[in-house]
Amino acid sequence: MSEPGKKRSSLAIWLPLALFGAFFALVIWGLVRPADREVASAFIGKPLPQFDLPAATADRPGLATAQMTGKPRLLNVFASWCVPCAVEAPQLAALRDQGIEIDGVAIRDRTEDLNRFLDSYGNPFARIGKDDLSEVQLAIGSSGVPETFVIDAKGVIRYQHIGEIRPEDVPLIVAKLKEAQS
Amino acid sequence: MIAEIGLAVLWMAAALAVLQLFAGFSALRPSGKVLGGVVRPLAVMQGALVAVSFFCLIDLFLETDLSVKLVAANSHSMKPFIFKLAGTWGNHEGSMLLWVTIMAVSGGFVALIEKRLREETLLATLAGQAFVSLGFYAFLLLSSNPFERLPEPAPEGQGLNPLLQDVGLAFHPPTLYVGYVGLSVAFSFAIGALITRDVGPAFARAMRPWVLGAWIFLTIGITAGSYWAYYTLGWGGWWFWDPVENASLMPWLAATALLHSASVLASRNALRAWTVMLGVIAFSMSMVGTFLVRSGILTSVHAFAVDPERGSFILALLAVYIGGALALFGIRASTVTEGERFSLVSREASLVFNNVMLCGILGIVLLGTLYPLLTEAFGAKVSVGPPYFNPVSAIFAIPMMLMMGVGPLLRWRKDKPSRITATVAVPALLTALALLAVVVLAPGIRLLPLLGIAVGIGLAVASWLPLRGRNLRRTPLSVWGMVFGHFGIGVALLGAASESAFSTERLAAMNVGDTQSVGPITLKLISIEPVAGPNWTALEATVTASYNGGAPVTLHPQARTFSSPPGERTESALHTRWNGQLYAVLGNEGEDGRWQMRFWWKPFVPLLWLGGLLVAFGGLLALLGRVAQDVKRLRVGDKIAFRKARQEMLK
Repeated sequence: MSEPGKKRSSLAIWLPLALFGAFFALVIWGLVRPADREVASAFIGKPLPQFDLPAATADRPGLATAQMTGKPRLLNVFASWCVPCAVEAPQLAALRDQGIEIDGVAIRDRTEDLNRFLDSYGNPFARIGKDDLSEVQLAIGSSGVPETFVIDAKGVIRYQHIGEIRPEDVPLIVAKLKEAQS
Repeated sequence: MIAEIGLAVLWMAAALAVLQLFAGFSALRPSGKVLGGVVRPLAVMQGALVAVSFFCLIDLFLETDLSVKLVAANSHSMKPFIFKLAGTWGNHEGSMLLWVTIMAVSGGFVALIEKRLREETLLATLAGQAFVSLGFYAFLLLSSNPFERLPEPAPEGQGLNPLLQDVGLAFHPPTLYVGYVGLSVAFSFAIGALITRDVGPAFARAMRPWVLGAWIFLTIGITAGSYWAYYTLGWGGWWFWDPVENASLMPWLAATALLHSASVLASRNALRAWTVMLGVIAFSMSMVGTFLVRSGILTSVHAFAVDPERGSFILALLAVYIGGALALFGIRASTVTEGERFSLVSREASLVFNNVMLCGILGIVLLGTLYPLLTEAFGAKVSVGPPYFNPVSAIFAIPMMLMMGVGPLLRWRKDKPSRITATVAVPALLTALALLAVVVLAPGIRLLPLLGIAVGIGLAVASWLPLRGRNLRRTPLSVWGMVFGHFGIGVALLGAASESAFSTERLAAMNVGDTQSVGPITLKLISIEPVAGPNWTALEATVTASYNGGAPVTLHPQARTFSSPPGERTESALHTRWNGQLYAVLGNEGEDGRWQMRFWWKPFVPLLWLGGLLVAFGGLLALLGRVAQDVKRLRVGDKIAFRKARQEMLK
């Protein structure tokens, strides 16, 4: 049995310094890189993953990938327990009134809470899927609520909006939907 | 005036550190021998001056001197005394001054009491300590002056971050700091020993109490920090693999490895290069951790002092100190002569095995912490969490804990496995039984908690076996220390595994008068009322909890709103029983007037922190044992010298 790090003649004794050099190069890069702390979905440009969620409320059907083709639409990840989701409700209603189809994924929610939320803030959704384990949320690369995805006619994710949709964000989302049409 | 004194004294201390550096290194050459005599007094004076400077800053905070920028930005005249005090180090500048203070004061103590090392090695060590301190003096004086005055005194201070206004937290950072910076002494000893090529048992014995002391503080700091996160953040979790937590864990892992390899070096004169290497690594990890936290390079919930410019400064210090020390190691390691040999089955070999496992865990924690940055360099953004850290660290931790049960029973140098088979059979059998029992009683349990429970039980029992056949009264304190330390690890593992396997959670919207249940506990919401504290107001829920229909106890979870500065924090309420803990959190009021309440029942979770404290207690016993031994040795040495002198006189 020989002690670790004892191969005196070998290069092993320089290994710690080499590792430190690599660490140093990495953090130098980390310090000078442009500060961009948003977690963008790696799924942009990719088709929606296959899922089939049960209905979250009595008056809207559930949500399956297969139904989400034909025309560009919005996919809104939300929850009744999420305050920013209530804040963005008027903007979603405005988008719906422009004839845009919005599908919802309710994250870790309960039907009675959801009904109350939709009664209070309006229900702009064509379908609402119930995602109790955040499976679909994670599968489409969303890390929080609310998030809104622009899905094109072929079911490909084209754009991701993180956080609540504020009134000033609406034109951008409409533009992205137009882009998704082409 | 106090601020000016504090600053002047700090500059003087920095000047002394420069002198200490030059005198120390010059004294290593034959021509500079005369300078050797001033190094110790310089180190002591430097320590005393910095301590004065730190007390000046404490005084400014206690008096809430709002003409000082740091006080105005971080304190408030209405704050309770204890948080005024804690405000001193609850910010970047103050904590850096604390850093330098600990470094200089411990350097002063080394100069004052260290008598075993060769004088040359000690001088090189003190010069090294001065060299490291200087970088931090420069950082403090040039870019983070804590004593800076405002042109106009502020009318009122801005207060302390509400998350930090907690008695536990007031003492958590300084505890960790003593640990981080205490390791700088080990670093300096390693540098000194490399410079004078004097790596041997004396070096290990001189270094060991410092490593032990720092390690005890780190253990307490990490345990307390985890408990703090558990009860204040209101998430019900106790460890999040957050970069800041990892930053405290990495030096602990390195120090644990160092502690054990220093023991081998001290008693067996083996593992020389490895011990020196770990001495460098341990403090390097403290510095890397501090850098990762302060620079804001990684996003973290703890990053309260984020500033890229400071980050660059600390990074430059890292390059000089870590790069320099590792380069010195590379140059000198080949000249560190080979230590004593030992066989594959021996106490040494088991310690080497566990050292490698500890370094493996250290490596994967470091890699996991840096991984988001690494992948970002290649264009992908990821976050790394428990799904990586838990299983991957278990790959190293489980074999290590099994070895912990066996290693202390082995003899030094060479042993036969057959000699300990019968002894080890008991804990091994218990581990197997526990494994079976848990699988039968809790089907569907995940693998890691299952292994954790079984190995935890085995280790908790096996850790007492080294006492077998010993006269307990005459057993050295250091052996008791090892027993308690290892037992604590087993206990903590049991707590962690049980928490992860058996916790139950209930999230409920409740009206006053409603009942809910979680695990074996029935809960009733009695009332929700406003209450007021010194600098906060809160909504306080009164909840009664009854275990299996027994007599109810009352809990008061709060949602606090702080006035200075404005902020909110949940104050969870805990009820601890011998077999677990109830954890209650008051959330927001819902649309319909119902309150969101969150409850957890966590069986045996207190074992986790009890285990941490046991580990620290074991460290304390070992430290006392070592110090007592040293004092005894010195006395005997003095006596011999005295008798020799007397005999000379009689001649």
